[in-house]
Parts: sequence; structure tokens; C-alpha cells
Amino acid sequence: MSTNAMVVSELPVSRPFTLRLHDWVTTVDHKRLGILYILFGLVFLLAGGVEATIMRLQLVRPHNDLVSPEVFNRMFTMHGTTMIFFVAMPLVFGFANYLAPLMIGARDMAFPRLNAFSLWMTALGGLFLYFSFLGGSGLYGAGSTPDVGWFAYAPLTAKTFSVGHSTDYWILSLLSSGIGSIGTAINIIATILCMRCPGMTLGKMPLLVWLNLVMAGLVILAVSPLSAAQIMLLIDRYLGGHFFDTQAGGSAVIWMHFFWIFGHPEVYVLVLPAFAFASEIIPVFSRKAIFGYPVMVMATVAIGFIGMSVWAHHMFTVGMSAGANTFFVLSTMAIAVPTGIKIFNWLATMWGGKIRFDTPMLFCVGFLFQFLVAGLTGVTLAVAPLDWQLGNSYYVVAHFHYVIVGGILFTIFGAFYYWFPKAVGKMCNEALGKLHFWLFFIGFHLTFDFMHIPGLLGMPRRIYTYEPGRGWDIWNLIVTVGVVFQALGILVFAFNLIWSYFRGKASGNDPWDAWTLEWSASSPPPVYNYAVIPRVRSRRPLWDLKHPEDPDWGYE
Amino acid sequence: MYCLIGAEAAIFTIFVVAYLFYIGKSLAGPKPKDVLHAPIFFTVCLLSSSLTVHVAVRRLIAGNMAAFARYWSLTILLGGLFLFGTAREWVHLIFRDGLTIDTNLFGTTYYSLVGLHAFHVTMGLLALSAVVLFYFAGLLRREHSERLEVLSLYWHFVDAVWVVVFLVVYVIGA
Repeated sequence: MSTNAMVVSELPVSRPFTLRLHDWVTTVDHKRLGILYILFGLVFLLAGGVEATIMRLQLVRPHNDLVSPEVFNRMFTMHGTTMIFFVAMPLVFGFANYLAPLMIGARDMAFPRLNAFSLWMTALGGLFLYFSFLGGSGLYGAGSTPDVGWFAYAPLTAKTFSVGHSTDYWILSLLSSGIGSIGTAINIIATILCMRCPGMTLGKMPLLVWLNLVMAGLVILAVSPLSAAQIMLLIDRYLGGHFFDTQAGGSAVIWMHFFWIFGHPEVYVLVLPAFAFASEIIPVFSRKAIFGYPVMVMATVAIGFIGMSVWAHHMFTVGMSAGANTFFVLSTMAIAVPTGIKIFNWLATMWGGKIRFDTPMLFCVGFLFQFLVAGLTGVTLAVAPLDWQLGNSYYVVAHFHYVIVGGILFTIFGAFYYWFPKAVGKMCNEALGKLHFWLFFIGFHLTFDFMHIPGLLGMPRRIYTYEPGRGWDIWNLIVTVGVVFQALGILVFAFNLIWSYFRGKASGNDPWDAWTLEWSASSPPPVYNYAVIPRVRSRRPLWDLKHPEDPDWGYE
Repeated sequence: MYCLIGAEAAIFTIFVVAYLFYIGKSLAGPKPKDVLHAPIFFTVCLLSSSLTVHVAVRRLIAGNMAAFARYWSLTILLGGLFLFGTAREWVHLIFRDGLTIDTNLFGTTYYSLVGLHAFHVTMGLLALSAVVLFYFAGLLRREHSERLEVLSLYWHFVDAVWVVVFLVVYVIGA
């Protein structure tokens, strides 16, 4: 190949640990930063999982006293904040970082140093949040970690009600990870718009790239308002401002608006990459090109637009005007349409295909089914009168975990099994992968299917215990039993990653017989990705290479 | 840079919305119409600096380094004048009218919004001044004009935001 490849292969194989660590810490390579993002997300996944387990153990039976109410408040705050900002976002950004440049035939992101800066800002945010365990009290008797809930409604966050520094750590944590997110989003957009290889028009980009482009746009529009709201909260807490101070004429409801203007698009920030993984994995394992590519792109952009105008469906119970309620009911129901289009397109892709049920595909099929159910409970919650009944109950908790775990996390697991060979050069163990899938699938359904029922029976969220004899007991027990299966599944997953890293069998460059550009690079790809920048003529460049007698560009 | 501007615009939008929402909701004085005077002169300074920065980059592209330095320095001067105007206004408000950030809602929203903008002006001035340092060190060349265009884009944005802030604070709010 080129002289570059020679130089790389001549490096000594075993360099001292400190030197290798130094390479990783100072790296600006999009693949290494992507992997760092993902490792970072996995570490926090374990932390957030432990917090969830503590909550479920506390709720396993009525009048349980495993943890105090104060600790319970801290656990649900830390669990929510961790899982959204330090698990889901880093995992999503990690995959986008790793895959987008490879898929568009570029050698790196547009701004490699901004990329590293963004990663370390996100890491700093995680550090702030978890440092509060040590430094949060500030005052004798004040709580250690944040306990205001992950959406931190005013006036709970005011100095009066939240003494000590725990809430400050929460603010700083979200502010600095927000800066990181905006940096990465800018980077992703610039990379995708400016660095595509010759021949790759917007209409020939892989769907994953399209979806991440829209995701990055949403990050810019959604995370910035959150940062602005955090600045206001800091002004309130430190400079004596009155933004959210109802005693001085301020408004608690405007915090809700500002938070959910971020909060709901955030759901689409997380779910669009999940759609992206499904849109790459399902065609490859069905042995068919994606069905309805232009419609998929249009539906994505539609979700991006409508997603910006549905936020107040989180606030039906606050008492908005009838006009506002009607608008947000209708916009929320409207967003089910492009999402439905996507589900039908994935089904149509599988229809008549030669489906291979390897682990990545299993997770994606699970996603399809579960995301449909999550969407349907979402439509029920979009009906304002029903939401008045179900708002802030376990029905809501079950609904959004169905989206985030059943939809997003399942495809992320699928993506791990699908792209692990590319990043490491070794296959994940298939038997362990299937075990992981079934354990997690059973655990997920035990926990979150049955969690809907106590919600319908009136069990509110965020209570640390409950009275016996309300018909909630057995359901809470089943929900907690499901956690055991999920935890076992996660342990099998972690073991599989580590075991396969050392002992997995070599994968070669293209183990799945796939069609997008990243599979033409070696596994793992060299620092420069492509010695010769590829040229593409269709949406499936590797298909064209493998089947010169019947290339795709004859049809598109 | 367009993306960064998009993100910044979203942040300003939230602060502007908060300002508009809280107009007339203060429980105690002083009220905006008693203490605010529209800083017309300093506004003209800031807006004309958009023009000078544009001309400066044109001169650089044309290869006229001396003219570039003149217009670029003029931009910094005009931006600095604007900051001086804001500072003077704040001194008056704080020491004469007794309005601080914790006096009432008007104080909170006013200092936050105008302060956020002044912060962006300051950042812009620092970047503009860095270019001047590069110029005197003899490191600035014609091929850097593309980067300076990006910087001037940011400066135009800061000016455009001021139009909105001015409208909201001194016209609608008063």
C-alpha cells in the first residue's frame, strides 16, 4: 500500500503502558475519541444501573427500609441524569464519531481538536456530577448528591430549598457536558456537509449518516436552551436573581418550558441514532437494500421539525390553557406519523428477505416490536385528559423506559455486536451474545411490561415506599425480579466484550457481507482510514464492488 | 461557524423570551421606563463596526495590508466604545438608580440579557485583538482571509443580536 502503512506497522508492538495511555489521552483521532466516548458511556451505564437497582430493591415490598427517603431522592436524580447525559449521549456521540467519517469516506472529523475538547468537556461533566458524592454537602447536614429530580423543577432548586452545593454540581455538570455536546454537534454537521468523498451526494449517504446529521441539528437547537436555563439558574443561586423565584414575581412554569424545550427534542436526539443503527443493520441481515430510502430521509427530517414543537406535552398536568393543550396534543400525535412510516419501511425491508438472526439482528427485531409498543403508549399519553389521569404515575415511567431501554438501548447493543469486529478486528462471541439478548429481553419485559400496571392503578413515581394492600405489591415484586435478569444480561455483555477483545476469533474486514464504506477499510481501520479516498456511485458502494455485473447505480 | 451561531442564537432566544415574559412582572421598582435611556450613539458605533470589519476583510483579500489594519483597528475601537457605553450605563444604574441584579425581576433579566451580549462583544474583541497581534508580529497574510471572514461572521452575529436586544429592552420593554 502506501508508505504510511509501512510506518505504522513498524511501531514496536508493546510500548510502555504510560506511553500508550498518553497516546489515548492526547488523541485527536475520531476512532479513538469514539471509543473513549463509548467506554465512558459504559462505565456510567454501570453506575446508573447500580442506582436503578437500589431503587428497585427499595420498592420490592411495601414499607421497605433499605434506604432512607433522602437517599432514594438522590438515587432517582442521579439515575436519570447519569443515564441521559452520561450514558445515552456519550454512546450516541461515540458511534457517530467512529462511524460517520468512515461511512462518508473521510480521514477524520472536520475539527479533530474540537472533537477532543468536546469529549473531555463531557468527561468533566460526569466528574462534576459524581464528585458531588464527596463535595456536595458544603454545609453540615446538607445532602451530598443532587436530589431535585433529573428535570429539577423550580422552586426546588432555589437556595432556600436546596442548601449546600449538590444542585450546583448538577448545574455545572450539565453546563459543561452541554458545551461538549454542542461542540460535537457542530463537528458532526461540518464533517457530514463538507467532507464526503467524491460521488457521495446527499442522496447517496448511508441512512446512518443522514440520521446523525439531523440528530446533530437537534442537539444544537435543544442543548443550547438547556445551557441558557442553567445559566439563569446559576444567576438565581449565586447572584440573587429572580428568574424562577415565585416570591419576587418569577415563574416556576417557565423553567418547565425551558427544560422541556430541551427535554423533548433530547428524546429524538437519542432515538434518531437508534433508528440509524436499525437502518444499517436490518437491511444487511435481511439481504435487501433499505426499503424507501428517500421516504426514510424525509421522515427523519419531519421528525426533526415536529420534534421541536411537542415539548409541552410533558406539562399537561401543570394547567396550561386549552389552546396550548390542544396544540401540543395534535403536534404530539402528528409525530407518530413519520415514526410509523419508518417502522413500516423496516418491516418492508425484512419482508421477503433472507433474514439471518445473528445477535445484532435479534436486538433490532426486539427494538422494532418494543418501539412500536412504546410509541403506542406514547400516543395514549399524548391525549391530554388521559395524561391528567396518568401523568407522574408509573405508567409514564414505564412508557419512557420502553422508549429508552426497549428502543434505544436495544439498538445500541445491536450496534455493539455489529461494529465491534470493525473496531477491534475480532468477532464478539455469538453464544454469549444470544444469552445476553435473551436474558435482557426477558428482564426488560418483566420489568417494564408490568410497570405499566401499578401506574394504571395510581402508583405515583418517585415515592420511596408505599402502603400494602393497594394492589401494587405483586407488580412491584415482578418489576424488581426483572431487574435481576437485566443485570445478569449486562454482566454477560460486559464479559463478552472483554473476552472477545482478547480471545475472539479474527473477523476479517467484512464479516457480515455488508455494503457501506467502513467495511472496505481494514479492521481495525488505520489512523488515516483510507489510503486512497474512495469514489462511490450508489448508496451501497461495496455491493457495486462485489457485484460488478449488477451494480446498484444501474437502478438508483 | 454557522452551526455555532445557530447554537448561540438559541441561547439568546431563551434569554429574550425570558425578558419578554417578565416585562411588567416586577413586584418592586425601579421600572424600566424610569431608568432606561436608549444608548443611540453606542448602538450606531456597534452597528457601523459591522461595516468596518467587512471592509477590512475586503482590503485584506485585495492585498492592501495597511488599509486592512486601519479598518480592523477601527472595528476594535468601535466595539470598545460600545462596551464603554454599556459599562457607563451600568454604573449609572447601579450607583444612581440602585438597580442591581437582585433588586427585582427587571434587574435580573436586564443584566442577564445585556450582560450575555456584552460577554459576546468582549469575546469578539479578544479575538479581533488577537488578529491585530498577529498582524504586528508579521504573521498575518492574505491567505488567512478565509479565517477572518469566519471571525467577521461572528462579529456580524453579535451586532445583529444587539438589534434584537435593543428592540426588546429599550423599545418594547420601556
